[in-house]
Amino acid sequence: MKLGFLVDLNLCMGCKGCEIACKVENEVPLSTWRLRVKYIDLGTFPDTRRSFTPLRCNHCESAPCERICPVSALHYLENGIVNIDSDRCIGCAGCMMACPYGAIYMDPETNTADKCTYCAHRIESGMMPACVVACPVEANIFGDLEDDHSNISLYIMEHKGAVQVRKPEKHTSPTHFYVGGGNQTLNPLAHQRIEGYNLFNNITHLDHVGDKNHGILDRFLAPFVGHEKPDNTSFMNSAAATESHEEEGGH
Amino acid sequence: MVESTIHATQAIVTLDVPIQGIVWGSIITVNMWAKSIGTGVVFLAAFLWFRHSKDDMPNLRWIMPIIAFLALNVFLFFTLIDLHQPYRMIHIFTHPHWTSSITVGAWLASTFLGLVSVLMVIGVADAFPSLGGKKCKVTAAARNNSAVYEKIMPFMVFLAIPVTTYTAIIMAQASARELWQAPTEVMQMMWAALMAGSAALIFVSGSWSKEARKDLALVLTIAVFFSFMMYMSEYFFSFKSSEAEAILEFVHSGGAYNVEFWFGMTVGFIIPFFLGMSYMKSENMTLLRFAALAALVGLFFVKDVWLKIPQMLPLS
Repeated sequence: MKLGFLVDLNLCMGCKGCEIACKVENEVPLSTWRLRVKYIDLGTFPDTRRSFTPLRCNHCESAPCERICPVSALHYLENGIVNIDSDRCIGCAGCMMACPYGAIYMDPETNTADKCTYCAHRIESGMMPACVVACPVEANIFGDLEDDHSNISLYIMEHKGAVQVRKPEKHTSPTHFYVGGGNQTLNPLAHQRIEGYNLFNNITHLDHVGDKNHGILDRFLAPFVGHEKPDNTSFMNSAAATESHEEEGGH
Repeated sequence: MVESTIHATQAIVTLDVPIQGIVWGSIITVNMWAKSIGTGVVFLAAFLWFRHSKDDMPNLRWIMPIIAFLALNVFLFFTLIDLHQPYRMIHIFTHPHWTSSITVGAWLASTFLGLVSVLMVIGVADAFPSLGGKKCKVTAAARNNSAVYEKIMPFMVFLAIPVTTYTAIIMAQASARELWQAPTEVMQMMWAALMAGSAALIFVSGSWSKEARKDLALVLTIAVFFSFMMYMSEYFFSFKSSEAEAILEFVHSGGAYNVEFWFGMTVGFIIPFFLGMSYMKSENMTLLRFAALAALVGLFFVKDVWLKIPQMLPLS
């Protein structure tokens, strides 16, 4: 069995239902994402359109994160999922540096690396990933790539010429596919990030990796004295102390 | 206005989370910088003993392992504090994953530090016969096994090569960062070790023969020259990868990293090159010490920039 994902970008309407479902299902902390939907504006006024691209771990068959992990915290399951064992993770961030898709984050609550696991715990119980269930237009197609009759295999065969992966030049062999994507949506160098053209221009950038309230000394002391768990209030407080970017010219 | 300034073929991100920022920061820079000193002094000691008699460098036998020991401990300490779960460092030894350069490097560096410690104990015990008195078993054992030093040393030189370069392989395994390529990073690490090793030994070479000091100056000069050339080639001519080009374009356009890079290049490479050349004519020790200090300072800044800039590029 080799599980895979396919997103039909022609169907995706950017509702972010998958993003929210993922957050809730996996209790993903504030300021981090296992799955997120990126909005890109294309064209010149008045001929413009907005494209939505859900981004998650690609569960590569040749995963750089699995290769660089010094303690096998990132490992393959028999169904092809690249899983992560947060009890073993040492927090070296090697995987974050290796992943070409920026899909791995440092969990601010556990101070270990984390990422999308295709909801491995749900699959083990015979359920579909939370994002698949939540999608109102069935743009997320999930299944066994080795089964010729699975939904995903049939979809790939039907859209043969239009199936794409992100950054094929990296030779990671992703098991996450897109239909209806283009260079502008899948190649990060083909679009610009311009200050002031964000949908929400008052965005707070948290300038930390992992738990901001868990400094170097705290990392050593935490097993003995513990440390205050970050909650919404602590993030709101840190947001208030962080520079925000407010520009004219937005939407 | 948007419609007149944005080309039709250009797409603009209108909603996405910010990039993660600098994940490997200055702690890792210190790690690499200290390791360059720790292994570099081993290379230089071997080179000098090959070229000169031991009497030309009377203190080298004991001071080299002390410098290496201190530098390697700084390197390992900074490796440890960079971990978000430092106590789990032990997992590298209890659950090693051998495809990872981090694992291989940790094992090699730990072995290397162990051997450097042996050299240090023997070197110091031999150099200071009264140390520890007659009752100290450690110094007595060290003096009784003094010949082990010379037997270990050739093995140390060979071990120092992968210990120096494994960080380059980690950077190569970090396949998200196109700027770090294995062949160039491996050579940069080797040149950095020769730079840092020769610079560190210059400070303790006061009692050495002129010929030995000239060799140190020569190695420093050659190392900064070739390292400088490699950085320049990468900085200006990384055309073959669009990601590397995009990263460097960000630095070319100015800003803090541009200033830091050129400050490091000037202080750490250009100035030491000319001072090293001058020393070979003038034999002015002050100039040479200044060149060594400048090389160590500049190397840190350049490594810091090279480590951080690829992390500024959005991956999605």
